[in-house]
Amino acid sequence: MIPDELNEMAEEHSQKQNSFAHRIHVCAAAGCRSSGGEKVASAFEDEIKERGQTEKIAVKRTGCMGLCAEGPMVIVYPDETIYGKVSPADVAEIIDSLDGSPVERLSLDSEMPFFSEQTQVVLENAGRTEPESLEDYIVAEGYSGLITAITEMTPDEVVNEMTKSGLRGRGGGGFPTGLKWSTVAKADGDKKYVVCNADEGDPGAFMDRSVLESDPHRIIEGMAIAAYAVGADHGYVYLRAEYPLAIERLKKAIRQAKRAGFLGTEICDTQFDFSIEIRLGAGAFVCGEETALMASIEGRRGQPRPRPPYPANYGLWGFPTLINNVETLGNVPTILRKGGEWFASIGTDDSKGTKVFALAGRIVNTGLVEVPMGITLREIIFDIGGGIPGGGNFKALQTGGPSGGCIPAQYLDMPVDYGSLAKVGSIMGSGGMIVMDDSSCMVDVAKYFMDFCRTESCGKCIPCRAGTPQMHKILTKITNGEATHRDLDILKDLCDLVENTSLCGLGQTSANPVKSTLKYFEEEYIAHIEQGECPAGVCKFKRTGEVINGCSS
Amino acid sequence: MPLKKTQPPSDDKRWKLINAAMRRHGYHRSALIEVLHAVQDAFGFLEDEALEYVADNLTLPPSMVYGVATFYHFFTLKPKGEHACVICTGTACYIKGAGDIIDEIQDKFGVGPGETSQDGKFSLLTARCVGACSLAPAVVYDGEVAGHQTPEDVIKTIQEWFGNDT
Amino acid sequence: MVAHLNRKRRDPVRTRRKVKTLKINGLDVSGTDEQTILEVARENDISIPTLCTLEGLSNIGACRICLVEVEGARRLLPACATLIDEGMVVKTKTPRVVEYRRKLVELLFAEKNHYCAVCVSNGHCELQQLAEDLGVDHIRYPYVYPELNVDATHAELGVDHNRCVLCQRCVRVCDELEGAHTWDMMDRGENTRVVTDMHQNWGESKTCTECGKCVQVCPTGALFKKGSAVGELEKETEFLPYLKVMREEQ
Repeated sequence: MIPDELNEMAEEHSQKQNSFAHRIHVCAAAGCRSSGGEKVASAFEDEIKERGQTEKIAVKRTGCMGLCAEGPMVIVYPDETIYGKVSPADVAEIIDSLDGSPVERLSLDSEMPFFSEQTQVVLENAGRTEPESLEDYIVAEGYSGLITAITEMTPDEVVNEMTKSGLRGRGGGGFPTGLKWSTVAKADGDKKYVVCNADEGDPGAFMDRSVLESDPHRIIEGMAIAAYAVGADHGYVYLRAEYPLAIERLKKAIRQAKRAGFLGTEICDTQFDFSIEIRLGAGAFVCGEETALMASIEGRRGQPRPRPPYPANYGLWGFPTLINNVETLGNVPTILRKGGEWFASIGTDDSKGTKVFALAGRIVNTGLVEVPMGITLREIIFDIGGGIPGGGNFKALQTGGPSGGCIPAQYLDMPVDYGSLAKVGSIMGSGGMIVMDDSSCMVDVAKYFMDFCRTESCGKCIPCRAGTPQMHKILTKITNGEATHRDLDILKDLCDLVENTSLCGLGQTSANPVKSTLKYFEEEYIAHIEQGECPAGVCKFKRTGEVINGCSS
Repeated sequence: MPLKKTQPPSDDKRWKLINAAMRRHGYHRSALIEVLHAVQDAFGFLEDEALEYVADNLTLPPSMVYGVATFYHFFTLKPKGEHACVICTGTACYIKGAGDIIDEIQDKFGVGPGETSQDGKFSLLTARCVGACSLAPAVVYDGEVAGHQTPEDVIKTIQEWFGNDT
Repeated sequence: MVAHLNRKRRDPVRTRRKVKTLKINGLDVSGTDEQTILEVARENDISIPTLCTLEGLSNIGACRICLVEVEGARRLLPACATLIDEGMVVKTKTPRVVEYRRKLVELLFAEKNHYCAVCVSNGHCELQQLAEDLGVDHIRYPYVYPELNVDATHAELGVDHNRCVLCQRCVRVCDELEGAHTWDMMDRGENTRVVTDMHQNWGESKTCTECGKCVQVCPTGALFKKGSAVGELEKETEFLPYLKVMREEQ
């Protein structure tokens, strides 16, 4: 497809869209689907058909609208009336109201901070376009970044634009994306690969799932731009098998992109060739680590290997390989369209742009938000997130999953950026934010994460394979009320050993949840040990140390 | 094709799906995980004879195929029950009581995580996070995600599975 | 796998090797850019304790025993899998790394049953020697001691999983030198085991050539020759480098 054809197509499609007096967008992402979104969408279609208004009202199944707590969500355009918890029974009433005032009992305030305080880059199309429609993506200026890149820029210029944007890896590490791209671009290799890491394994994180479900073409475009910049002609998306909807939509999008000539050979009449294959993960958290991920794509056990050599020089089958996470690649098309400087104007000095967070746990507005870097935790949790339900007390925020830590209330006014989070013993991670209130026992939370690392350890290196079970056993002993101070000392010692000697990131960071809870909530550990009490009332044990229930997972 | 491909272990039509998956990847060794997904989709689990068949056709050592099949927790080497109840044990679900749900099921039906009821009616599985954190605790019944589940909800659904067929 | 280290050397076109100089424990040493810290250290009689690595096999950096401090590096690096670089400053026996090594060996002793007094390898065991060299006199971690299988179905050889440290030497020698790939790893985490073929008895393996190389490279008494009594089994690994060179010249 060439630019003129693209404009024509966009023009035609948007005219068709505008011919409808009303467009009803029903969220069809996994969250709202689980609460019955699909039934609502078909109820709208049936009702509209019955009333003979198919020419006047359109129904669109869109991507994630963010506020999963209020699912299934519906937004009616052009008025932008937002409805939450819509059931098929409400459909007729909503259609009746289209030319009048909105249905009060279902409508949500579009001025509420959840919507008004977000800055959407990666999620700019989520909830607005149909993920399964290439035309929708093109109307939203999709693929124009790719066309600009391959028809007007040299690969070097594309890399420079990324460097200028200051984008850092959104998968957890925060490595400067421009630097990664230029390393791969400079590396020697007869062949090069681009890999999209969509093995979103952190429990409590669902940003990548949502981006792929809501806007799959964005990832294809991002990968194609990256491939052009580094000189790759083939790409893989390594995607969790646990995300069937994301797999389905991405597959469909790849087919559409191929048909439209955005993938394949001589893309947009240039010399640039690029194709994408999906490789499914199979339930191994460690495969989020880049060398394990590559082993898995090669069809092997997902065991990491020592770095260096880095994938940028020695990647898939020994060829230079660029590995970027879904959200990182999701920023790329917009950066190309609006320029690196524009992107760098958002955020802080050390962390540019926006970050998507998944809000979950004890928080009113569970869901997905995209905010500028540098916003405070308090703004995210209490303004956007609506605070703790039922008037509970905020106790800690868990970020970064099993590699991250728990941040206590005293840091709520801290800005969210890579540096600040690291300073308080956590990490940005991929963007999962789990809010905990007084009903959570921090030792139990640490035990939960250690159990996670223990079962997800690949078994290759000694400290992670043998050390995480030892730490988990001590934490179990503490939650059972059977531990002594000596156990606590050994626990601390093991944290240091596993952190400093493990082969890969999984082991190296597995101690973080323990370390951060020990740092801020040591008195809870002590209460379990000395008084045989769980301050949160989660761990229930007799004085004899016998577990009744609770802490016996 | 330089190598003669071995015949499927039986004339079950599902082997055609496996052959198609291997052909699609040009019988390349790196397709192992993709092919194992195809086997599990078709048969529900990875039988020994299926693993051997895949090893032969992708010219991989049997121990390597077995090593891969056991490394990834998504793959199962034992047949699953008629119905599957997957409890999400992601962080959000955990702090909202996924553990209690598992305990209740264990108490009520005597089936622990990874186990199948004696009559083969249902399997209880756990997942590391199905990405439905905003609906925590989430349970996946035969592939359908349901949010905000209580132990009572789950027990009721499982009892319906038992009830429907008796 | 750090296959690149081995692949580079096999490449006949690549002939020009660059010489690099570095400091190990204050000593000025040199090597080529294709050598690892461990190789250069050994050439200069600087000993670095190791467990999973073995000359003649690829390096995987699994056991972490050979971790060394490299100035400017963010983390400790495995000497067996880190190529030397110009101006590198390496320290191989700082109190910190020695302490870590000792703890790692303790973790191994706590992980499985390594009761030496009843082991065929007693007195000739690399793990035992390592513990002795590092001064391991007690184990600070609670013993796990899972009860694991002993597979004695093979006519002459056997495997006792209770003694296995999962160094993957058997897996590598069987794949890289014998070409049989009878051995691999199964499961993961603390449940990881070495496995023959489709997890069937070793005696029934269709791929095993009965060459016995795996037994010779095993650092402990996990792989043994049947009929050896306590302390009787001595292993020979010197054949490996020669065999490897001969294979490469063919």
